[in-house]
Amino acid sequence: MIEWFTWLQLAIAVPGGVLCVILGLAGRKPTDLTMGATALVELLLIVQLAAAIAAPLAGNDATGSLLEFYTYLVSAIALPVVAGFWALVERSRWSTVILGVSSLSVAVMLYRMNQIWNVQGS
Amino acid sequence: MTKSKTEKPAPSRRVSGIGRLLIVVYGVLALAATGRSFVQIASEFVDAPLAYSLSALAAVVYIVATVALIKRSPRWYRIAWITISFELLGVLVVGTLSLVDPALFQHKTVWSVFGQGYGFVPLVLPLLGMWWLARHPVSVAAGPELPEGRA
Repeated sequence: MIEWFTWLQLAIAVPGGVLCVILGLAGRKPTDLTMGATALVELLLIVQLAAAIAAPLAGNDATGSLLEFYTYLVSAIALPVVAGFWALVERSRWSTVILGVSSLSVAVMLYRMNQIWNVQGS
Repeated sequence: MTKSKTEKPAPSRRVSGIGRLLIVVYGVLALAATGRSFVQIASEFVDAPLAYSLSALAAVVYIVATVALIKRSPRWYRIAWITISFELLGVLVVGTLSLVDPALFQHKTVWSVFGQGYGFVPLVLPLLGMWWLARHPVSVAAGPELPEGRA
């Protein structure tokens, strides 16, 4: 896990999630903008997964439990996918809110993952 | 001759929409509780069998509650009430005990300190769930018996 990349993810997931929640509550159906924000969050998670697999080879080992880290990461990767499918199947304002909730949940999980990798056990 | 207000959803639709949001939040909490208890049991179960068994039980109850909220039938409506009441009881009892006698719950569960580790969502969610269930009853007494073949 690369720390500055995690902060970049948070810088996208949090405003993106808040934006989706606000637009959803304002009555907007899922659009390219809100779907795109969720897709970007997902894409960055995949990159983080690759980074997490590669990082120990470069001497960047997790300070905490790897098992816990990957449980979070796999869960986080699943969330935007489920929310995105929901938004495709049911095009209502609440689907937009759900996109936002998924991004914000991912943000919380990323924060925990960062603690596990960089802060714990040091 | 098109209606001018076709954009606005009907009130009933809107309420069921909020219900769906509730389902999603329940689903996320179920996922979080399941993931955490999986890690606890897989890596350090012997440290605190009681606390971690409780975590696992809580996770299962959250999953059942999520399913019960999705399924709209008299039987699942009753299951939703039971599981959500159990959650509220759990978070109140364990939350209180973890403050009164911290030695009892040295290891974290979803319900420790009223769900502090989860932003107090475990405390608020059952109340929201009960409110939603009370507002949207599936008629149990009224009407003929529904076929209960699908379990």
